[in-house]
Amino acid sequence: MSNLLIYPILLPFGTAAASLLLWRKPALQQAVSLAGVIGQLAACIVLFSAVTEDGIQVLQVGNWPAPYGISLVADHLSVLMLMVTGILGTAAAFYARGELPDHLRAKSFHALFHVLLGGLSGAFLTGDLFNLYVWFEVMLMASFGLMTSGQRRAQFRGAVPYVVINLLATLLFLMGLALLYGLTGTLNMAHLHQKILSHEARGLLTAVAFLFMAAFGIKAGMFPLFFWLPASYHTPGIAVSALFAGMLTKVGVYALIRTFSLVFHHDMATTHGVLLVIAGLTMVTGVLGAAAQNAFRRILSFHIISQVGYMLLGLALWTPLALTGTVFYLVHHMIVKANLFLVSGLGRDINGTMDLNRMGGLYQAYPVVAVLFFVPAFSLAGFPPLSGFWAKLLLIQASLQVEHYIVAAIAVAVGLMTVYSMVKIWIEAFWKPLPSSGTGGAAVPYSGWKMAPVCVLAMITLVIGLGAEPVYRLADTAARELMAPQVYVEAVLGGGRP
Amino acid sequence: MTSVILKTATRLVGALVLVLSIYLLWRGHHAPGGGFIAALVAATGFALVVLAEGPGVVRRGLRIRPQYLIGAGLALSMGAGLVGMIRQQPFLTGVWWPSTSAVAGTPLFFDTGVFLVVLGAILTVLLALEES
Repeated sequence: MSNLLIYPILLPFGTAAASLLLWRKPALQQAVSLAGVIGQLAACIVLFSAVTEDGIQVLQVGNWPAPYGISLVADHLSVLMLMVTGILGTAAAFYARGELPDHLRAKSFHALFHVLLGGLSGAFLTGDLFNLYVWFEVMLMASFGLMTSGQRRAQFRGAVPYVVINLLATLLFLMGLALLYGLTGTLNMAHLHQKILSHEARGLLTAVAFLFMAAFGIKAGMFPLFFWLPASYHTPGIAVSALFAGMLTKVGVYALIRTFSLVFHHDMATTHGVLLVIAGLTMVTGVLGAAAQNAFRRILSFHIISQVGYMLLGLALWTPLALTGTVFYLVHHMIVKANLFLVSGLGRDINGTMDLNRMGGLYQAYPVVAVLFFVPAFSLAGFPPLSGFWAKLLLIQASLQVEHYIVAAIAVAVGLMTVYSMVKIWIEAFWKPLPSSGTGGAAVPYSGWKMAPVCVLAMITLVIGLGAEPVYRLADTAARELMAPQVYVEAVLGGGRP
Repeated sequence: MTSVILKTATRLVGALVLVLSIYLLWRGHHAPGGGFIAALVAATGFALVVLAEGPGVVRRGLRIRPQYLIGAGLALSMGAGLVGMIRQQPFLTGVWWPSTSAVAGTPLFFDTGVFLVVLGAILTVLLALEES
């Protein structure tokens, strides 16, 4: 047993409790909030090093042995996701400090923010499907609160479809859980793995698998269930939307990876075959949707969808190289996408708008911001040697390896279309002179609270790109663990008992 | 709403409902019940008073903001989990006083925390809705 696993969940909830009790002291709330994110990042780093040194860590919460109690499990995939959660949480909290006057009025902001972080950590760590459902609920509640925390009309217009479609996903998830429990008598993922190995009702299991695919697919924004995403991601505050863009759909992808490697392994020809088609369609629709948009954050939102397609592609191909690509892509994408949303906020501070037609002149007036956009944007588009290049390279190589030439061609084409979108933003917002109708002539001072996280995230992108080897090796280890779940199963059911 | 019947009935039923909720909270660790369901029952009691007397009466009666209930409840539940950790056991491991009984122990504190969180959350929403 290792109580290390509980800290990334406990610290955010402790911070949330503290900031609720400090309701009347906004300055103190703010300080506690920043201390909380740093504490959580530290907890994630400690757990990360424990897993990379000693392998999979397990905690049987409440000292109840494995299939009966709730297990928390940290393998390489979990800790990689947790690390990014810690980094993005910290970045978003510092950025929020910079844009706070908007949020200061809504005093529940910090509490909700930390509940969301706690929910994310819980989802990445749990080894129990029902517990995963609970964490999804926690995240949904917190994210709805954050999405509407400015209380503007547009925010509610975005938040209502978000909540309705996510409740539908939750319902599908719950139905899937009930059926799965009825079929196997357990919801512990390691135990499910064993039960499904020798289960006879394979057809029924496949049907349940598709329920889960639909539920997580809605969360992940996969084709054709993605429409809620671009309708809602451009309405909340910048820091919140960056955290959403980085994390929320990726929890869905994580849940798909986890269930379709550990649990539903009985009929991969069907389940992963369908996933492959969906992955291709997701990539194409996302990127086409982005090409039609003309506002900074909306373009970025549509690109989340096409990028989710890439991640699903790796899962669907189900080879070690492809899964490595998926994990690498996840890490790269979460950091880059969150950073792009933060940069879009810098652009809005200067130009006073997100509409590309009325933006302009950023390169000339604010070259630093231009560089800070350039790094993540062209990483997203897959320019070598930035991180996105390696991620795409791995996935395209993996699809060529198993002779899925069409999918490989789609992946390349979607990459080119991504370049088109990024170049569009680059030309409209940065290169073209400021249109006469726009604002931005007056010098806007750089805010350190906002610049620091953007710089750090851009730096991380550069580091992942230039020194891809360590991240590749971590992703490779994670992929091997996913392909051979026996180690995970033994860690949870066998030696994990205290 | 001003209805004499509702007001009079609320005084009786509201108190009964609160007692029932505490009973549910108490029996929760070995029988159906527990903090979550007890808080839902208690919230219906408060909702009755809100309907009969208005949200102001409830706010004055509570004395503190319902948000503080959420914070205190979260802290209490986590504290109950930490007791096991101090004893070198996994988070949330039950600790009982005296150790052989199943009467008073950390699960009861955990449940009370859940009770406060759920009650606080519902009251926050309920009062905000009634006042808007």
